[in-house]
Parts: sequence; C-alpha cells; structure tokens
Amino acid sequence: MTFRGEARLWIAQRASAALLALCVAVHLVTIVYAVRSGLTAAEILQRTRGSIAWFAFYSLFVLAVTVHAPIGLRSVLGEWLGWRGRSRDFALLLFAALLGWTGMRAVLGVFA
Amino acid sequence: MATHLKVSVWRGGKDGAFQSFEVPREASQTVLDVVTHIQRALDPTLAYRFACRVGMCGSCAMMVNGVPRWTCRTHVDKVVQKNELTIGPLRNLPIIRDLVTDMREFFDKWARAKGEFRGHATRQDDFAKVRPDSAPRVQADAGIECIGCAVCYAACDVVAWNPEYLGPAALNRAWTLVKDERDRDRIERLRAVAGDAGCHACHSHVSCTERCPKALSPTAAIAGLKREVAKAVLHGDL
Amino acid sequence: MRQHPSYWAFVVHRVSGIALALFLPFHFWALGNALQLEGFLQWTQQPLVKLGEWLIVVALAAHLGGGLRVLALEFLPWRDWQKSLAAAAAAFALGVGLAFALAL
Repeated sequence: MTFRGEARLWIAQRASAALLALCVAVHLVTIVYAVRSGLTAAEILQRTRGSIAWFAFYSLFVLAVTVHAPIGLRSVLGEWLGWRGRSRDFALLLFAALLGWTGMRAVLGVFA
Repeated sequence: MATHLKVSVWRGGKDGAFQSFEVPREASQTVLDVVTHIQRALDPTLAYRFACRVGMCGSCAMMVNGVPRWTCRTHVDKVVQKNELTIGPLRNLPIIRDLVTDMREFFDKWARAKGEFRGHATRQDDFAKVRPDSAPRVQADAGIECIGCAVCYAACDVVAWNPEYLGPAALNRAWTLVKDERDRDRIERLRAVAGDAGCHACHSHVSCTERCPKALSPTAAIAGLKREVAKAVLHGDL
Repeated sequence: MRQHPSYWAFVVHRVSGIALALFLPFHFWALGNALQLEGFLQWTQQPLVKLGEWLIVVALAAHLGGGLRVLALEFLPWRDWQKSLAAAAAAFALGVGLAFALAL
C-alpha cells in the first residue's frame, strides 16, 4: 500500500475510534441496564422494534465497526504473523464485508 | 556485598553463546568498568565499543539484564540481581562480534527518514531569526539532543516485529526538522516518514521514551508526525 | 524492558481488540436471529456463557480505555501524566466489569 493509503487508514482508524468511543459508552450503559433490569427478550424487542433513533444509532455503530476492526487486525497480522501485502488487505476486506452483513442483519432483526 | 560478580557476557555472532566471568566487585562500579576489567584482565579477545566513558557519546550502549542502557552510566548496584549480571549486544541490530553491533541499518534508516537539514538560504541572505519560544521551535528543541546511540531502537518491539520500520530515533530526527522553520523539505520529509515503515507503525508502547538516556520522547515526536501527515493528506499536499 | 504501564496498556489493548474482532461476527449472528431471541437468551443463562459474556464486556471496556489512551497520546500535547492514563484505563475497565458482574 502507498504511504498515502496508510495515512488514510490511520485517519479512518482514529475517526472511527472516536465515534466508537461514544457508541460503546452508550452500548455498555444500555446493556448493563438491561441485564440489571432482568429484561426478557420480548421486553427488549418491545423497546427496540420500530425505533428509528436506535436503528440509526446501531447502523452507525456497525459501520464504524466494519472500518475499525479490520484496520486494527491489519497491524496484528503484519507484526505477529508476518502477513503483509495484497492478500492480507483482500482478506481484511472480506472480513469487513462479513461484519457489515451480519451487523446489518442484526440491526434489522432487533430494530426494524 | 560479595567479593565477586558473576557476569554472563555474549560471545560470538548471532549463533554465539553467553560466557561466564568472575569479576571483582568494587564499592563504586559501572557496567562499563566490569566489561573493561574482563577485556583487560581476563580475556583480551572480548570485543566491545566505548569512547568517552562519561555519558556523552552513547558508544557504550549494550543490553544489561535484558534492558538497553549506556554501560558507562549504569552503576552495578542499580542493576545487579543476586550478584549476577547479563551483558549482551544491543537488540535489533546485526551482531558483528561479542558486544559489538553493526550500526549501518540504524543510520541507513536515519537517512531514509530524511534526517538531514536542508535550508533554502545562502550566504548572501541574513541569518534566520527563529524565536526560541515559538511553539514549533520548542517542539523541535525537545528532540534535538539525540546522539544516535540506538538505545531506543533496541528497546522498540515494533522494530523487532517490522524489519522495515524506521524506528524511534530516525523519526524523532525527522520531527525536529519538520518543526524547523528554516527547513525547506517539509512535504518530502512527510512522504518519507508516512506509511507502514514510518510513523504509522508506532503503537505507543513508549519503551523508547522510557529508555532514552537523554530523556527525549520519540513517542511524542512520532505522534506529532502522525498529525502532520494527516493534515497534509487532508489538504491534498501529500 | 517491557515493565512499564504503557507497554501493558498496549498488550491489553491489542489482546482485547483481537478477542472482540473474533467475537463480533458471532455476536451479530446471534442477534440477527432475534426472532428466536427468547431461546437464545435462555441459552445465555448457562454459567460458561455468562463467564464469556463478562469477559467480552471487560474486553470492550479495556479496549475503550486503551483506545482513549492512544487518542490522548496522539492528539493532546505531550504531558507526563499521560502515563497515568494507562492506569485510568485499567481502572475504568475493571469498573465496568464489576458493574456487569453484579448484574449477572
């Protein structure tokens, strides 16, 4: 990858990190609240289904994850497994697609 | 205090081994004193580097109990463990013999990071008037005392994991030049330090800053380079 | 050579990141089966699953803490107290883990 590409990956990683910091904070509070309240599946789905705000929030969350996780793994694969080059980037693109697809499927399932 | 230290010293090249020596323990003694004693009194074939022996040149840098240090500035009392010492050549560099490493790759990377000042003034121009308290100058000054001893290079795990990585010293130098208002090559420098071999490979272990004998902070310099490169990319300068 | 807080913070950040990256596809897949959510939630009552969930929550909090440390180091003016950020990040992760554990 060119140095320009690497610089763009760095920017994308930090931008998605900042966004995820907010999303994760909200998510953790929500999950701890739900678990402490002992909500059942039906109760959870009652609160989440049809909510445009939650749908938008978690869609953004999934998008940020599909950017952040593969770029993070890229360094690990390169430094600890010695895997570099185009094949690594292609594999990570597939992983991003996997995260995006399963993520949006989950968002649709819980919030649509 | 025991009368003798048990010192394990690396002998040979990459496929060498540690050799054990018994060195008289003194009341006030540096690790360089220990190595010197071995070479003069016990085994004249031991190869090692030193020059000033007073903490100014950085030539005597070695691994002491697994940590890179200036041996002339390391008192035995501070590092000895159960009356034992282990001394080896600096990590992350090819070994020539015993405690001597091949420093060429360290300096080659310095050059690849464009660690050389390039001004645009000539002898016909007036002196550059640089305010010492201007923000860029303060940042540059924080890193200019580097003497190229390679302790940070030896301390860095990214250097160990990524053979192309330019390393903390080269990047620190590049930063001091990026912040130098007299320098004309800013964009070229940012091109040289961006990428997987450059500043973007740093994961802020901060080992370099922890170990630097001059208390410099390559971590801060590299963070600065990341910001400068990002700005340049977003402005379309790179 | 690796005995300083910033290095431990890096290791925790990286290991938690790997764990999260491996866990997320399964997490998304399970949630995508929301119609069977009741059955899935029943399954999550098992102790081993609860332990796994707790580890994931701790990993998430630890990774967030470590990430904030990196963002602070890279974007804020250099200060010595940033070393203590590593400690703060660890404390935060533990706090969240405890909160979640109490809820389990």
